[in-house]
Amino acid sequence: MPRMNAAQRHVVDFTLNGQKIRAEAENRMLLSDLLRHEVGLTGTHVGCEHGVCGACTVQIDGKPARACLTLAQQVRGSDVRTVEALAPGAAELSPLQAAFRRHHGLQCGFCTPGILMSLDALLREQPDAGREEIREHLSGHLCRCTGYATIVEAALAAAEEQRKEETPNA
Amino acid sequence: MKPASFDFLCPDTLEEALAALAEGGGEARVIAGGQSLVPMLNMRLARPGLLVDIMRLEALRRIETSGEEITVGAGVRQAELEAWTNLSRDLPLLAAAFPWLGHVQTRARGTVCGSVAHADPSAELPLSLVTLGGAVSLRSRKQKRKVKADDFFIGMMATDLAEGEMIEAVHFPKARPGSGYAFREIGRRHGDFAIVACAAVADDKGLRLGIAGVDDRPRVFALPALNDDQFDDALNDIAWSLNARDDIHASARYRRELVRNLGRETLKEASRCRA
Ligand SMILES: Cc1cc2nc3c(=O)[nH]c(=O)nc-3n(C[C@H](O)[C@H](O)[C@H](O)COP(=O)(O)OP(=O)(O)OC[C@H]3O[C@@H](n4cnc5c(N)ncnc54)[C@H](O)[C@@H]3O)c2cc1C
Ligand code: FES
Ligand code: FES
Repeated sequence: MPRMNAAQRHVVDFTLNGQKIRAEAENRMLLSDLLRHEVGLTGTHVGCEHGVCGACTVQIDGKPARACLTLAQQVRGSDVRTVEALAPGAAELSPLQAAFRRHHGLQCGFCTPGILMSLDALLREQPDAGREEIREHLSGHLCRCTGYATIVEAALAAAEEQRKEETPNA
Repeated sequence: MKPASFDFLCPDTLEEALAALAEGGGEARVIAGGQSLVPMLNMRLARPGLLVDIMRLEALRRIETSGEEITVGAGVRQAELEAWTNLSRDLPLLAAAFPWLGHVQTRARGTVCGSVAHADPSAELPLSLVTLGGAVSLRSRKQKRKVKADDFFIGMMATDLAEGEMIEAVHFPKARPGSGYAFREIGRRHGDFAIVACAAVADDKGLRLGIAGVDDRPRVFALPALNDDQFDDALNDIAWSLNARDDIHASARYRRELVRNLGRETLKEASRCRA
């Protein structure tokens, strides 16, 4: 690739929530801003913009990562998933989201999209994840409302439900 | 908090990357995982004219064992080394250190060599590299050189890296059977940078204790094989020989106290693992 000039916008081709998209961004544009301002997906929240709060967490090639610490140009060719990909339909929640609702895993909801994306990746990679793994993943997130205990309960319930779903005869 | 503008280059070959770094001089900077650099860009603590993205260079994405050494290329993310099948056998010290290094979400992007280049005085990977007696391979358009890790770190976020140079790989000595390894850390919260971190190796030559978070770079000390009750004097000398600082996280006095206590626990654990 030739050197990309600071003064111009450049094409970024990537997969977003299962669909190929073409966006344009200045070199200095963060992935969080590309998602929110260029693509219009505002589910990804921005708290601190230096990697500490976790509100902006999305999945890049299946792994949870900070959108605020990723330049838009760095996801060229990657597979990006945001919180908008979780619910199967407009009036339906994913099992993890539904568990958050049942267990009061959110209050103001500012931290929630990031936490969902981390836990979604965890439950996919480690279906037998328990309290310890869940807490380990949550250590990368700040929540000022819930005190975390209800989030852990929600995640445990979702993990349990997923295990039952996968072994119907157990 | 948004970055100031910069040119961006995503080279197809290492030669192209090295040429851009040579031509860019002080204005050009490597970007790897971005987990330390992007916060600095966002806060405008760094304002490079050109960023060279090295994460698409296949040649740098390697973990290789040759003889007694494990080589980790500059394109290897922390999570990739953490998941490497031979980690707990060949690099048990790193297996113990990784859970302390940031969070799952930052290790998924951050690289091993990027942490070494960043040279934070509390960072776990530089500490492990120095304690094991590892080395750093540096490369510029004109030359390649290999530097001992202990000579690479020269001060607070300062290294021997010259203008136009990049880290091509780091080299960790492979664990030897009959040696013991241990890693301990105290931080404010899990995943925060360490207030003090200790790494220890026990082998037939004696003990090595590495300490991060106290001096302006990771420091390592060789000790003869000691009995448990002889550790205290040695650790007190070490605590006072380090240039401990007061900062918002802890006082210099508290740090020295951690060196004495955490140091003892770490040395004991490494000695026990050896047995
Ligand atoms: C919330 C949070 C918590 C963290 N906690 C910890 C922690 O507890 N312990 C810890 O050690 N780290 C921690 N980090 C930092 C993290 O480990 C970084 O990934 C690491 O310091 C830098 O690696 P990187 O690949 O992201 O490098 P980048 O951010 O891309 O680069 C960092 C610096 O190194 C230079 N650089 C990178 N690669 C090379 C190379 N190959 N050659 C020459 N120069 C290079 C860059 O120019 C830049 O100056 C944390 C980060 C965050 C956001
Ligand atoms: S906004 Fe990205 S971690 Fe806080
Ligand atoms: S629900 Fe408000 S910050 Fe977590």
